[in-house]
Amino acid sequence: MLENYLPILVFVIVGLLFGTFFIVLGFILGPRKPDAEKLSAYECGFEAFEDARMKFDVRYYLVAILFIIFDLEIAFLFPWAVALREIGMFGFMAMMLFLGLLVIGFIYEWKKGALQWE
Amino acid sequence: MIEMLQTLIMWDAWPAGLQTLVVIMLKIVAILAPLMVAVAYYTYFERKVIGYMHVRIGPNRVGPRGWLQPIADAVKLMFKEIVIPSGADKKVFLIAPVLAMAPALAMWAVIPFNDTLVLADINASLLYVLAIGSMGVYGIILAGWASNSKYAFLGAMRSAAQMVSYEIAMGFALVVVLMAAGSLNLGDIVRAQQGDYGLFNWYWLPLLPMMVVYFISGVAETNRAPFDLAEGESEIVAGFHVDYSGTTFAVFFLAEYANMIIVGMLSALLFMGGWLSPFQGWTDSWLGQPSLFWLLAKASIFLFLFLWFRATFPRYRYDQLMRLGWKVFIPLTIVWLVLVGVAVMAGLEPWFGKA
Repeated sequence: MLENYLPILVFVIVGLLFGTFFIVLGFILGPRKPDAEKLSAYECGFEAFEDARMKFDVRYYLVAILFIIFDLEIAFLFPWAVALREIGMFGFMAMMLFLGLLVIGFIYEWKKGALQWE
Repeated sequence: MIEMLQTLIMWDAWPAGLQTLVVIMLKIVAILAPLMVAVAYYTYFERKVIGYMHVRIGPNRVGPRGWLQPIADAVKLMFKEIVIPSGADKKVFLIAPVLAMAPALAMWAVIPFNDTLVLADINASLLYVLAIGSMGVYGIILAGWASNSKYAFLGAMRSAAQMVSYEIAMGFALVVVLMAAGSLNLGDIVRAQQGDYGLFNWYWLPLLPMMVVYFISGVAETNRAPFDLAEGESEIVAGFHVDYSGTTFAVFFLAEYANMIIVGMLSALLFMGGWLSPFQGWTDSWLGQPSLFWLLAKASIFLFLFLWFRATFPRYRYDQLMRLGWKVFIPLTIVWLVLVGVAVMAGLEPWFGKA
């Protein structure tokens, strides 16, 4: 079974090499005439007046945290969905209970305004 | 022919490990070479289709009818200077496009092209697709961070939040397909759609809302119009790749188009019966037989939809985008998950009966 994964490993390596190859090709073929203006960060003609790594909205963190919860949930659902026919009514009801709990949490988030962008 | 070549290079004398590796490499080339041609001509096709939708001609200067346009574009990008901004984190700046490209290509390892033609026939291929697909976000967020430009940073933040939001809806839609098919193997999912009713056996009918959710999430995942807020040329110029030039930009571009083709292929495999023929049993000719042709034809329809969307819809606002992902798609997919669960438990024919 495990030898089926060998092509995948090779493919990932080929994918990495492919991208690297292209970039190296660009360095070989392209000209290199840097100057201070060219190398400054693009800001529509203005000089950059502060560092770009600035403060950003906390909601991006919130989205990331909510994503982790839901993505774990999906990872949890995957094996259940495959085995649904074998585990029968008990397995089905157990997952429905779990989903119910998740939906309560989801409604709470919604009402709290965590999903609100204005 | 092949035997002659084998004796010529003394194939039998090679060590067994090397033989396997060479065979795998040849198969990978057999997938990647057509893929790169497909990506190149998909960009040409995009410009032509959108051109005609705007009542103009599109590229028509390079070669007959502009057929050499993508080649010219590729050559041009190779000969452009790669500018690395002075404030950028150089290593991360150069690694980011590679990290965007590798998953977009590696996903092709598990895509089945017909009943037997698949590079890696693993039993968890759909899980692999979901896992590798979500790696793409690293390339984008690292690119935005490393550029040290405000536009790139904002574009990367937007893009990352958008991709993770739509990944949830996409994941739920995939779980529903799994429940219906009872297997994680993409080949088995297509085989589960085979039946006496031809195209009415395919999952597009019982899982229609999931197909819509999956495809729209796919459009959002690949940052395509109308969800291309990461690009947002009127506000943040080009988003995360604003400071990339030459081949570093080309790699991002290739990755985006390879991802789009993946989404088209997966939509065809998961919901439209993959390589199965819509005329199964109607005719004895090749049209009634399952073949690679049908898979590519179905994927092409989805790929055309990408272009059609881009020409038709205005860009979403960011709050509308997040609302659609979190407040429309996720509740819809959860409801459908419960419905399909009940249908599977009841063994509803003809889709959910088979064990």
